[in-house]
Amino acid sequence: MNTKEHKTFGILAEFKNPGHLMKAAKLTNKAGYKKFDCHSPFPIHGMDDAMGLKPSQLGYIVMAHGLIGFLGGLALQIWTSTIAYPINISGKPFMNLPAFVPVTFELTILLSAFGAVFGMFFLNNMPKHHNPLFNSERFKKVTDDGFFVVIESSDPLYNDEKTRKFLEDAGAVHLELIEE
Amino acid sequence: MSQKTTYIPEPELVQGNHTFGSITSLVADIVETPAPRWWYIVFAISSLLLGLLLAMLAYLIWEGTGVWGLNNPVGWGWAIVNFVWWVGIGHAGTLISAILFLFRQGWRTAINRFAEAMTIFAVMCAGIFPAVHVGRIWVIYWVFPLPNQMQMWPNFNSPLLWDVFAVSTYFTVSLLFWYVGLVPDLATLRDRVKSKIGKLVYGTFALGWTGGNRQWQHYEKSYLILAGLATPLVLSVHTIVSFDFAVSIIPGWHTTIFPPYFVAGAVFSGFAMVMTLMLITRKVYGLEDIMTINHIEKMNIIILVTGNMVGFAYIMEFFIAWYSGFEYEKFAFVNRAFGPYAWAYWIMFLCNVISPQFFWSKKMRTSITASFILSIVVNIGMWFERFVITVTSLAQDYIPASWGYYSPTWVDILTYVGTFGLFFSHFLLFLRFLPMVAIAEIKMVMPQADPHYYDEDGNELNQANESK
Repeated sequence: MNTKEHKTFGILAEFKNPGHLMKAAKLTNKAGYKKFDCHSPFPIHGMDDAMGLKPSQLGYIVMAHGLIGFLGGLALQIWTSTIAYPINISGKPFMNLPAFVPVTFELTILLSAFGAVFGMFFLNNMPKHHNPLFNSERFKKVTDDGFFVVIESSDPLYNDEKTRKFLEDAGAVHLELIEE
Repeated sequence: MSQKTTYIPEPELVQGNHTFGSITSLVADIVETPAPRWWYIVFAISSLLLGLLLAMLAYLIWEGTGVWGLNNPVGWGWAIVNFVWWVGIGHAGTLISAILFLFRQGWRTAINRFAEAMTIFAVMCAGIFPAVHVGRIWVIYWVFPLPNQMQMWPNFNSPLLWDVFAVSTYFTVSLLFWYVGLVPDLATLRDRVKSKIGKLVYGTFALGWTGGNRQWQHYEKSYLILAGLATPLVLSVHTIVSFDFAVSIIPGWHTTIFPPYFVAGAVFSGFAMVMTLMLITRKVYGLEDIMTINHIEKMNIIILVTGNMVGFAYIMEFFIAWYSGFEYEKFAFVNRAFGPYAWAYWIMFLCNVISPQFFWSKKMRTSITASFILSIVVNIGMWFERFVITVTSLAQDYIPASWGYYSPTWVDILTYVGTFGLFFSHFLLFLRFLPMVAIAEIKMVMPQADPHYYDEDGNELNQANESK
């Protein structure tokens, strides 16, 4: 491999099945690597703990959006029906709060859903159409039946030889150097 | 006392000894191989129907709503019936994708993708009707809270306005939910397709998905939250649709049972529609290993349950009409069953209450022919339910002098037929270009996906010793 000309992105190690991947994730986490990820065609339960990941913070993003939807929806209706354009409808009060429930509710849901989807894209760095991993022909299996661990070269513990040896010992069936 | 118990394991969700790889190719090959000849024929027919819909809408907008059969007492006709019917059908998709997800029903993974697609297309069909019903479609923007030169704002006291917000939110959230589910599968297609255009398009929409657990972590959280949001949303949408009726003071409409009754009816008809589509799809595309008889049975049980809820509501409505002691309410119901629209009422009753009772028998529940016929019967029945509710109450309400009778015109009928063109042409494009089964999710419910399927060192456990 021609590693002189290109910077190395990291080492891609393929594992046989979710069980092996899980074990490798535990070992990598224990060895102290921080900049690594485990790639699989589907989410594997227990992997967050195995990798030592903190719980996702997405809930807070959704909560903030939901509050904006709730307060914004309420404000819109109260402002339009009492100040901007008060209409007398069968003598009902202008600020008819019970009637504002459905729209407030829908807007809360709508904004929360935006938060859940676009917040997730944000946390996942998506869209990001170029990724050094896509240089690997083998990595295409990740959306089919491939299980991979990637340790990035920017990790302080990273060392071409040692990391390669470490992943080999963890049970990798195939190793590949990924270039930037 | 001796007790004999046996352990009856749940049937495997995916049958036929599949591996992860074979599941991927089973689903993705459909998209990658050229479309079969029947696809072009059916697509041509549905495109013609779509053309018919557009022609009818153009005629309607040109001439005005007078071309419909609406008359003075009956201001709501087929358009509203069709609107409620299509929205209701959509609800099964959300029920399958959100509510069954929250209840951890693994079997939903086989059908959620195309049930969600069905939701989106059904809501598109539904949305057309109220939009053109306003008569002057070019000022439809008045229903949105947009600043305008008249300094006018919508009336937030009106259930019809609530409906605007409910249906548009529902459409948007369903679309987002569907798209989030599609991202990992679009990445699968990105990695598999050979054509350059295919790579570009799928790659663009896959947003650079790599399947890393750092992505899956947020992804799963997002999916869970969306399911949690979509669940109250779907209940609220049909509740608000029922408010269009229940908040008025027309006898037969002004009842508190409407919201739950409408939601049950929506799920009932939606499941029937999913069933119809699924039975055809699994056969044509050979997906019997993923959409098994077991799935069909479970769906039929839901049809039976919701059918009985609907039947209960019909009878309860009658009881309350009598119990209320309100003359007009009593008349409205007796008139439904024995008045000029009795034929519609009894079609409804037969299709919605009597026909699902066949599903008490396991033989019927697991019979493909019976499921197919009954699923269509149920949807006919649910269309008539909306017809009965909308039309009978308006045609004969308070003063006999203002009574009337409503019949549709050819424009009404052809517009409705045309919406099937809209629905099926979109559905066929979906079958052709997108994975119709959630590939990543179906792998998750396979036993091999569970880390406990393997021992500490990651080797497969002997399955014979494993059975508990």
